[in-house]
Amino acid sequence: MDTQKSAFRLALQNSIPVMTGYIVLGTCLGILMTSQGLPAWLCPLSNLAVYAGSMEYLSVNLFVNRMDYIGLAVTTFLVNARHLFYGVSMIENYRPLGWKKYLLALLLTDETYSLVAVKTQVTDKMAYYIYVTLLDYAYWVAGGILGAVAGSALDLNLPGIDFALTALFVVIATEQWLNSDKHFSAIIGLASTLTCLLIFGPKNFLIPAMIAIAAILTFAKRWEDKIL
Amino acid sequence: MNTTYLLTGLAVMALVTGLIRLIPFLIFSGSKATPPYILYMGKILPPAIMAMLVVYCYKGIQFSPPLHIPSEIIAGIVVVLLHIWKRNSLLSIGVGTILNIILKMYFGI
Repeated sequence: MDTQKSAFRLALQNSIPVMTGYIVLGTCLGILMTSQGLPAWLCPLSNLAVYAGSMEYLSVNLFVNRMDYIGLAVTTFLVNARHLFYGVSMIENYRPLGWKKYLLALLLTDETYSLVAVKTQVTDKMAYYIYVTLLDYAYWVAGGILGAVAGSALDLNLPGIDFALTALFVVIATEQWLNSDKHFSAIIGLASTLTCLLIFGPKNFLIPAMIAIAAILTFAKRWEDKIL
Repeated sequence: MNTTYLLTGLAVMALVTGLIRLIPFLIFSGSKATPPYILYMGKILPPAIMAMLVVYCYKGIQFSPPLHIPSEIIAGIVVVLLHIWKRNSLLSIGVGTILNIILKMYFGI
């Protein structure tokens, strides 16, 4: 019982930046949707069913322009393909969870991944994974409901508060760097993504970057004991 | 706006997103041991992914006019330096976010 409690407390504490980011971005999404003439129920339902922030923001424009279903499917795949990486990297960690791992897999966003992928001191890791995942999901859904209900009556005009999520990723990347004396993977990730951003531009760089990272790290497996 | 269209559209997005998230677990689950290659990728990928996500967050940054440094870059550097110094995640994220808001609200950058 005690380890359960400390797992929950740690999950709550570590997810504070996600809470800030998700409630603000979820609320803004609700405001954006209603301001574009989309019904108020759409944002809470989308946050519950899709739960992929960047795609949901993009979908506002696609829905307003009545994009067809094939187009929606392809766009969703291109925007969210990066989640394939998260699954591959969490398979072994989630294995003891049994059927519950499929639930956690469905709710594995960028932010949740960044919290579960790093080492923690908590004893009950599985409880920690579950709490982090469900708390993040609750923040996002709560934001969507708030945005839909409050609509434009709510003045959330605090520019740049969504930087909390960027800062979270920056902190985790820094922490990973400081915790290890092997930086091969981080350097490959940074160099590949920056190179692809310069070559393909901000709209199309993510898939080539993923392919480059996967290819280089696969090739480098022969030096596994040196780079890991 | 047509309700059927919106509901079907949401279903398509939810289905594709859900499949992407489930596929790795569906392929490599069950009682069989995970192949060594996937074990290796699971261990080597996280730092590369975090670097990729940081770049992803910064993808829309505009460096125009010349010599203009966006607030997110300044706040990001402060987050890294503060984190190396104090190693306190919430402090680094909190200070960085508040600094970014101040830079945007009062300095217009």
